[in-house]
Amino acid sequence: MPTFELNPQMMREIIMDHYSNPRHKGVPTGEGYTKTHSSAVNCIDDIDIYLKSSNGKVVDAMWEGTACTISTASTDIVCEQCIGKDYKDSLYMIEQYLKMIDEKEYDDSVLDEAIVFMNTGKQAARIHCATMGWTAIKEMLEAEEKKGN
Amino acid sequence: MIDSKLLRNDFPMLTNGIKMQGKPLVWLDNASTTFKPLCVLEAVSKYYTHETSNSHRGDYDLCFNMDTKIMEARKTLASLLNAEPKEIVFTAGTTMSINQVAFGYAAKYLKEGDEILLTEAEHASNVLPWYKVCEMTGAVTRFIPLTKEGRLTAENLEKTISSKTKIIAVAQVTNVLGYVTPIKELAAIAHKHGAIIVVDGAQSVPHMKIDVKDLDCDFLSMSGHKMCGPTGVGVLYGKFDLLQKTDPFMTGGGMNAKFNMCGEASYLEAPVKFEAGTLNLEGIIGLDAAVKYIMNIGLDNINEHEKALKKYAVEQLEKTGNVTIYNADSEAGIVTFNIKDVFAQDAATFLNSKGIACRSGNHCAKILNDFLGTPATVRASFYFYTTKEDIDALVDAVKHGKEFLDAYF
Repeated sequence: MPTFELNPQMMREIIMDHYSNPRHKGVPTGEGYTKTHSSAVNCIDDIDIYLKSSNGKVVDAMWEGTACTISTASTDIVCEQCIGKDYKDSLYMIEQYLKMIDEKEYDDSVLDEAIVFMNTGKQAARIHCATMGWTAIKEMLEAEEKKGN
Repeated sequence: MIDSKLLRNDFPMLTNGIKMQGKPLVWLDNASTTFKPLCVLEAVSKYYTHETSNSHRGDYDLCFNMDTKIMEARKTLASLLNAEPKEIVFTAGTTMSINQVAFGYAAKYLKEGDEILLTEAEHASNVLPWYKVCEMTGAVTRFIPLTKEGRLTAENLEKTISSKTKIIAVAQVTNVLGYVTPIKELAAIAHKHGAIIVVDGAQSVPHMKIDVKDLDCDFLSMSGHKMCGPTGVGVLYGKFDLLQKTDPFMTGGGMNAKFNMCGEASYLEAPVKFEAGTLNLEGIIGLDAAVKYIMNIGLDNINEHEKALKKYAVEQLEKTGNVTIYNADSEAGIVTFNIKDVFAQDAATFLNSKGIACRSGNHCAKILNDFLGTPATVRASFYFYTTKEDIDALVDAVKHGKEFLDAYF
């Protein structure tokens, strides 16, 4: 379960906070990052995601680009919540998040702040915005796993 | 003066109690597409229930009648544009019409170093075909500078045009800012320099009276669905001698005179040489009905109504103190804006949650955003069935723009 009390006002504030002050936005200066690009046909969203991992763990995750509130906040949150996690836990969290957006049964115990997007499925046109960062990191992690990194 | 409220009764999408997000639908995306009146739907339906037949070679009555209907539709469209029926080519819409000119005319005649002039305000469909032509021929595109507010003027064309310019391809009404381009003046300048002018009429033909003879434009493209007609049908107007010089970019049945086993073929004359294959017959019949319906309302009346709505919308939106408007002075019924401190897409989602359909993003004019200095805008666009109440709903939502995340709660 999230460690904060869930009310709509708080949820709004979390989204706006990550939108106005994204913690993980920028192009990394260090080495060892893999990069992927994600964009939307129906929205202006156009972002690059950078992932650094070692020994089966996410060391750092960053993103850069133009994005609406929902994609900015959701991408920033997935970066934040993957850092420090191993691939398995990261992928499990992402899977639960995607189920939540899809309005299927999900395990909310691993979602933490990402729970604020629980109602995004109401706005069909923004589902892609809420998932583009998450799906991109999922694919990057799966590729890392395959490589055995 | 037109009575929008009365006209709304003709449109099932406006009388069927359609809702979005549980709220009555407010349709402000007419630059994207328009609703269809019953007379259009009935004409399309009647084709399938009473008139089904292919066109061409009417050996039996139903087929002969279909050929007659197509001819009648050509006459209707010709009278809309003040053209000759033989100058009306049926296409799938504006995009196909422009591509027909690009691949059938420009690719055939342009040479390396020739210039195609565009503007930053053009829709993708009036940019990308020309890029392709440049790839094929070695011609180059150049952009005629817009004025500070986004207008294309004769003066700026004069400054840009050169002896190498062969084609000027511009919208008569731009789809984001809604300025009316002085086509007649531009055409005169083009012709003086030996160039032709290819007009994108997608946003002008449905909203104002067009006289291609008076404008002296060489080609003009339009779409049916933006003027109450079906999707997938439109028109390419071309001066007849230019159409004759243009190659079809599709070949096949219905457009050839004869062909043999030696690979030789000869084609029919314009306009049918461009109409290979079975035409979108239901579309053409629907478009014929739509154009008759619109001409009956009167394009001058439609234009006057939209101008009044535009003025009202700009006044009311500005009064909220909560918007940036990018085209307050433009003539068309298009208001392009952003709600203060709200990203365009978020604003459009918020409007959706209130039942209001507006477009957000770059509206397919991807170069224009650099000019406007914003990655995206919200666009509200009107038609003759738009009412002040529709605009009031938009204005009321804009007042509460700061609460845009409510869309998700």
